[in-house]
Amino acid sequence: MSWLDYFRGRRQEQPASASAAKERLQIVLAHERIGRTREDFLPKLQQDLVAVVARYVAIDPGKVNVNLDRGGDMSTLAIEIELPAPSAVRMVAGAR
Amino acid sequence: MAQVVVVTSGKGGVGKTTSSAAFATGLAQRGKKTVVIDFDVGLRNLDLIMGVERRVVFDIVNVISGEARLNQALIRDKRVDTLSILPASQTRDKDALTRDGVAKIIEELSKDFDYILCDSPAGIEKGALLALYFADQAVVVTNPEVSSVRDSDRILGVLQSRSKRAEEKKDPVKEHLLVTRFDPVRVERGEMLKLEDIQEILSIPLLGVIPESESVLKASNTGTPVILDAESMAGQAYADAVSRFLGEEKPHRFIEAEKKGLFKRLFGGRAA
Ligand SMILES: Nc1ncnc2c1ncn2[C@@H]1O[C@H](COP(=O)(O)OP(=O)(O)OP(=O)(O)O)[C@@H](O)[C@H]1O
Ligand SMILES: [Mg+2]
Repeated sequence: MSWLDYFRGRRQEQPASASAAKERLQIVLAHERIGRTREDFLPKLQQDLVAVVARYVAIDPGKVNVNLDRGGDMSTLAIEIELPAPSAVRMVAGAR
Repeated sequence: MAQVVVVTSGKGGVGKTTSSAAFATGLAQRGKKTVVIDFDVGLRNLDLIMGVERRVVFDIVNVISGEARLNQALIRDKRVDTLSILPASQTRDKDALTRDGVAKIIEELSKDFDYILCDSPAGIEKGALLALYFADQAVVVTNPEVSSVRDSDRILGVLQSRSKRAEEKKDPVKEHLLVTRFDPVRVERGEMLKLEDIQEILSIPLLGVIPESESVLKASNTGTPVILDAESMAGQAYADAVSRFLGEEKPHRFIEAEKKGLFKRLFGGRAA
């Protein structure tokens, strides 16, 4: 580390990483505190969604992917369900 | 078959989670398919150190209780694509982890991964016992300090008597010593245990020495395993340890006190 880096490093990097830490903590703790007062609904939500889809198509429960990104103002939940080939879909639909 | 590696210590706060994150990332960087499991149920932290806390949907307890499939609970790392994380539960109590449940998870993971790293909680109670039970290898994290060395000795005894390998009288768990938060200046001043002393007392092969380094705090602030900070001494020391783990010969670095120049002495330069 040269003496120039020494001054640059101290002044800039330290506050930058500490504020990243604060922001990350605020987001994750906001979600965890909510979770403490009520049951985590995600497992149930996923089961319900899969059950609804399964009424229409024969799906493999192993091919359901849940992706979450918790944010400060907004979170996104992406549920990816792999549907079988169209022929299989028609079979289930026809059987109803 | 995957190798199951427990990162353990007995004593709390010595650097298990920091080391698990660094080691898992390092193995994955070498192309090994690696999954790191947080066994600290109720006090999960690995997700923060790995920077995936916003993406946790399911955890190991959800998988054991059948609420989620294993592949749904695994979080794929966005930086190193051969790396996955299985988070601990933050809300359930420790009893939700059962030996049978963990056995099933490890068996299933063994099919897809080369290395399964288990980040143990502190202590020698249920959670720590479960984290080490299935281990083929153990990384024993030790600080140059009396209580840490004593606890490491204790956990070595547990590995030799209460692991699956011990119970089934198979080859013993392969043990590695990882000394962390090593401060050569304080060792030189006689304030901290010397490396040779720790090795003499514990007498297991030395895998690596990680210096006390400010970069570890910075890395945890941003959720980046410190091994990805290739400039930092701690990052380089972890990379060397991973190389040795994979069988390469590497001399130990950062174990001698740096001879300080006048400038650094005046301004008190510290380890980066
Ligand atoms: N090489 C290092 N240099 C400086 N600080 C370090 C180093 N290694 C770990 N630390 C710090 O030590 C503290 C404990 O680290 P860590 O959480 O990894 O320990 P742990 O053994 O997992 O703790 P616990 O027993 O609570 O699970 C953290 O604040 C971490 O930033
Ligand atoms: Mg820990």
